[in-house]
Amino acid sequence: MSPRPGFVLEVDRSTPPTLFWHGEGFRLERLPVGSRVLYGPEPVAALEDPVSAIRGALLEPLGDSEPLAALLRPGMKLTIAFDDVSLPLPPMRRPDVRQLVIEQVLECAAEAGVDDVVLVAALALHRRMTDAELRHALGDRVYDAFAPHGLLRQHDAEDPDDLVHLGTTDQGEEVEINRRAAESDLLVYVNINLVAMDGGHKSVATGLASYRSLRYHHNPRTMQHSRSFMDQERSELHSSNWRMGRLIARSGVRVFQIETTLNTDTFPEQFRFLQRREWEWTARDRAGFLASSKALERTPPRVARTIFHSIRAPHRMTSVQAGEVEAVHARTTANVYAQQLVAVEGQSDVLTMGLPYICPYNVNSIMNPILVACLGLGYFFNMYRGAPLVRAGGVLVLSHPTPWDFHPGHHPSYIDFFEQVLTESTDPVEVAKFEQAFATDPWYVHLYRTGHAYHGVHPFYMWYWCAHALEHLGAVIVVGGDRAAVRRLGFTPATTLADALEMASDVVGPDPSVLHLHSPPLALADVRP
Amino acid sequence: MPDAPAPAAPAEPLGPVAEVLDGARFFVTGATGFLGTALVERLLRAVPGCTVTVLVRPTRRLDASARAMREIVRNDCFDRLRAEWGESFDGRVAERLAAVAGDVSSDGLGLDETGRQALADADVVVHSAAAVAFDAPLDTAVEVNLLGPSRVADAVAAVAEERARRRPGCPATHLVSVSTAYVAGTHQGEATETLFQEALASGARNRTHTTVTTEVDIDAEIRSARRLRADLEAESRRPGRLEEFTKVARRELGAAGTHLLAERAEKLRDDWVRRQLVEAGSARAQALGWPDAYAFTKALGERALVGGYGDRVPLTVVRPSIIESALAEPRPGWIRGFRMAEPIIVSYARGLLREFPGIPEGVTDVIPVDLVVAAIVAVAAAGPDRRGPTAVQVASGVRNPLRYGELVDLVQAWFGEHPLYDAQGQPIVVPEWSFPGHGRVQRQLERATRVLGFLERLLGALPVRGRQAEVAAGVEERRERAERALSYVELYGAYTETEARFRVDRLLALYDRLQPADREAFCFDPAVIDWPRYVFDVHLPSVVAHARVRSTPGRSTMGDRSERARRAILSPDRHLAAFDLENTLVASNVVESYAWLATRHLPAGERSALAARLVRQAPSLLALDRRDRGDFLRTFYRRYEGAPAALVRADAVELFHHLLLAKSFPAGLARVRAHRALGHRTVLITGALDFVVAPMRPLFDEVVCASLGTDHEGRFTGRLEHLPPTGEARALVLAQYAAAEGLDLAESVAYADSASDLPLLECVGFPVAVNPESKLAALARRRGWHVEHWEKAGGGARPPLPMGPLDRAVSRWWARFDGLVDDLSGSARRPSEARR
Repeated sequence: MSPRPGFVLEVDRSTPPTLFWHGEGFRLERLPVGSRVLYGPEPVAALEDPVSAIRGALLEPLGDSEPLAALLRPGMKLTIAFDDVSLPLPPMRRPDVRQLVIEQVLECAAEAGVDDVVLVAALALHRRMTDAELRHALGDRVYDAFAPHGLLRQHDAEDPDDLVHLGTTDQGEEVEINRRAAESDLLVYVNINLVAMDGGHKSVATGLASYRSLRYHHNPRTMQHSRSFMDQERSELHSSNWRMGRLIARSGVRVFQIETTLNTDTFPEQFRFLQRREWEWTARDRAGFLASSKALERTPPRVARTIFHSIRAPHRMTSVQAGEVEAVHARTTANVYAQQLVAVEGQSDVLTMGLPYICPYNVNSIMNPILVACLGLGYFFNMYRGAPLVRAGGVLVLSHPTPWDFHPGHHPSYIDFFEQVLTESTDPVEVAKFEQAFATDPWYVHLYRTGHAYHGVHPFYMWYWCAHALEHLGAVIVVGGDRAAVRRLGFTPATTLADALEMASDVVGPDPSVLHLHSPPLALADVRP
Repeated sequence: MPDAPAPAAPAEPLGPVAEVLDGARFFVTGATGFLGTALVERLLRAVPGCTVTVLVRPTRRLDASARAMREIVRNDCFDRLRAEWGESFDGRVAERLAAVAGDVSSDGLGLDETGRQALADADVVVHSAAAVAFDAPLDTAVEVNLLGPSRVADAVAAVAEERARRRPGCPATHLVSVSTAYVAGTHQGEATETLFQEALASGARNRTHTTVTTEVDIDAEIRSARRLRADLEAESRRPGRLEEFTKVARRELGAAGTHLLAERAEKLRDDWVRRQLVEAGSARAQALGWPDAYAFTKALGERALVGGYGDRVPLTVVRPSIIESALAEPRPGWIRGFRMAEPIIVSYARGLLREFPGIPEGVTDVIPVDLVVAAIVAVAAAGPDRRGPTAVQVASGVRNPLRYGELVDLVQAWFGEHPLYDAQGQPIVVPEWSFPGHGRVQRQLERATRVLGFLERLLGALPVRGRQAEVAAGVEERRERAERALSYVELYGAYTETEARFRVDRLLALYDRLQPADREAFCFDPAVIDWPRYVFDVHLPSVVAHARVRSTPGRSTMGDRSERARRAILSPDRHLAAFDLENTLVASNVVESYAWLATRHLPAGERSALAARLVRQAPSLLALDRRDRGDFLRTFYRRYEGAPAALVRADAVELFHHLLLAKSFPAGLARVRAHRALGHRTVLITGALDFVVAPMRPLFDEVVCASLGTDHEGRFTGRLEHLPPTGEARALVLAQYAAAEGLDLAESVAYADSASDLPLLECVGFPVAVNPESKLAALARRRGWHVEHWEKAGGGARPPLPMGPLDRAVSRWWARFDGLVDDLSGSARRPSEARR
């Protein structure tokens, strides 16, 4: 049976309550009659034999690229860069897609007699991965073959010796990337495309870049002009990365791009009710929901967090394509759309969404208030093509506990950003005035380079991610969040969804139209206003 | 009546006071006191033709003139004069007011030549210096109150010849000695203005109703008071006693280091001697019929003065009752110092003192200071009685009595209208007074003190820190308050139960002799006092203003205060900020770090065994740490013996990022960085090992820590190469660093969490207690040190046991098991795996 496409449900009196993620837990909420609920398509069929598919892709590359084997020769310098721990979400079960792809690339390299091979985790300004995370992403065989010899590296955007300046685009954007990657005879980039924004030229131009280079597209102006950044046609973020990517190609860096897409089979059996449409819940699903939500109520948040972060998603690979970056990415994007795209008629006054325990920046960590804002206003709000799901001046209602908690090892600069910057202003343009001080702070740089901390400037990027939504929306209401933390973000706290909708009508007028973005599964709305 | 006062001087009217005293030279002792300051101001203001010389004891920092300027002329008593004189104030004061160095507790008053000349030139000497504390040690009271007047008289007599030479034709110097009406003792009925010698001369028997007339061998009292001091000093140095003082000091300060403990023990010894002398004083006084050592020594002082010099020096003794704030001059309500009734009133208003013994019908004999001053000036103008020494009482009890019950009603009504506010900004309701007996109140308070003391010791023994420790410190504060209340009852109880009534016949006779204008300008008739108005509009507002208590509602100013302290700490003017590590920046310790590092590469089974062993040893380790930090570190670091240095150093980086950072106080780290941003030097002083703190190196300009030696194979020897500074060595290290870098410790900040860091905190100008344990919390509270409550970030992963992550290379079977679980949770085995 082929998977059913996504669709928009109109809530009537017989509609069962709708599931909302609520951090490390869920809520069942009864939406007002007449509200709409957007369900993403069901997980599409996975590749029967991913390894053969990978081999096939390497043999028959897209665009004007030669097969990988033809690009390899003895004595050459080969660098394999791969996406870091922020992808996929949640982390997938072994074997990870990166392991499968890299094993095949390494096999080719071995056959061709290439000795000088280095693996580089494309961190950009993300935290360094732990040994366990690297081992999980690459598999024991690859890890044990590279790590002990220092051949498994993590990109260091603050190492002046390991960066090279490649030039400036016609828009004045400086391009500075990882030296080893730039100076290799071939750079193979192994990518996971979870959403439409991932991949393409962004892989190298962002993943292997320095702060100096990133600031040209990670800023409030770019984000306000990316509508949305999930839509390549209308994304300034995308355009900037493309200009940089083309410059990288022109400067002689040979990139062999391998992109993979995953289906939206996100949660294991015990949480399968999360992915089912509520009216189709079986007795087992209902029992599963009851058991887990009751158990979670009695679990200390710290323990609940540990439980959720140990979830390994049963994601399966749905496609793999390799070769020239742009040709590869066009095919990848089509595949992502095939999995995620849902047509929606018209915008609504109020958009509701439940936020889960995880976002790209808190794998094995905690979702702090800034990440809550980023996930809601940055990621989910931007899951659209055409027009936003909510009208200009509309209200966004988020459901998340938003605890005033930070991971001191992963997000040290977030703590200070929350205490020192958001107390001054929540306007991304105003906030940007503090960027330099955080970006160049030697202590943050030290923690980024030696520990597992996000770069000092990272919380600013999270806030810029929200820039488009902040400009577009009339109000943001957080249901069930820590009131002080929510207010610090500049949002309004509400106790229940009913209260939130009541408060929203003060902004958008009585009887507002409500649309709920149901997740999982992930969906990209194609909105016709 | 055998004890009737001697008839007053012939009732001829006195000329205008200012004219009579025109050109007069005054010599005043005790001018820095409450009465003395008011007297000097009044003389300068109301007797324009006189000059005043004040006898001032120079201090280590200030000579006599500087101290006189600072403590007399700058007092708000002179505000009125300053306003009246305008720009000429300084010049006129310099012209008419001089200070000479001297001390009434040394023979000859310690005068130099200038001083002797000034004394010889003086027409009137007013001796108002006294040890006014009711709980002064016996020997101090004897030296000042008993011997003081005689010493002054002796000095006056000694310069009599010189006076005759310098100012021929001038009458002999008139000595006006200020005593107290309470020389009459605990005594019922009327007390007249009769000197002891007069009583004897008039044939009174030893026991009369005028005053305590017990025969006392004054010389024997002086000798025994001096010997008692010597005996107690010796007793306090006995080994048994010293041990006790040290024990108490240790209980208070913990492992604060030898020097601080010694300092504290010495202070305790000193206090003990003092306490014994205070007790001895009041015991001796009560044995002879006086309420306390003050009245007792004052009475003997009068006797010695009149007996020794009555025939050589023209004398008048002025005996005020309880002197309180000014009725009108220099302004209503002026008061200096926190005196007898004020602390009681404030304690009552703050709800601390719920009962105070007293007889509602009894008379509380209070007299405003300006009336006493006016009486002294009038006495000086009238000159000495030619027939011999006389006493003049300045008291209100007979002429215009204020009943204790009435006073209490007024106080209660006033605070009902103008309540004080507690720390939360809520008004404090004053308790209803039930006029209990002395004994009951005392018993209640003693019980409260005992209970609170026990609670305090109990809480002090618990290993709490931060806000919980503040609770313990709060109990201590309440215990201290109860003790203070108890001491008020013990000290002043007698005064509210006094039933003596002080006659003022001579005072009123003197008043009658004044010109009508002077009766306004130098009014000392107690009848002018309108008690309700005085208590309500004059005295209580002044007391409340003086006590610096919260008299406005609203939120506490505590927040403001700590905000102010924080601003001072983070001022660009600071030089250096020193930080302790454990529990100041990181909620971790050397044992935890060791456990983490030691388990990092152990196979799974041995890991838990090691952790369990450490948990078992924790109590003994903790005990050793409390006894001697240095010993503990030396012993504990032996455990690193044989560990491969390079591996441990590499693991330590991981330790920092995984464990220490997760257990750090982000606000603390932010504070270090704030100091750096302000250009302050930052110094870390810790007992931790160098490789453990290495990842924090970028935060500090200087790190003082321990380090281990390595052998030729690159393994740790377990011996320390650099001893970590503990206790006072920390202060020393910091002082050396500051000296070498040219920084001022007085302009520096130190952050620490426990009393063992006391030397470090004490050596800087801005000490900060971070999440203090109870001993330090108590100290910080007492000394007004800034306290920070820093918390761990909520989101860090904190393992329940301090174990490093499992090394899969060592624990193969565990890794396999782990992988198996991972696979089993997958829906099916993947084709790719099947192929592998």
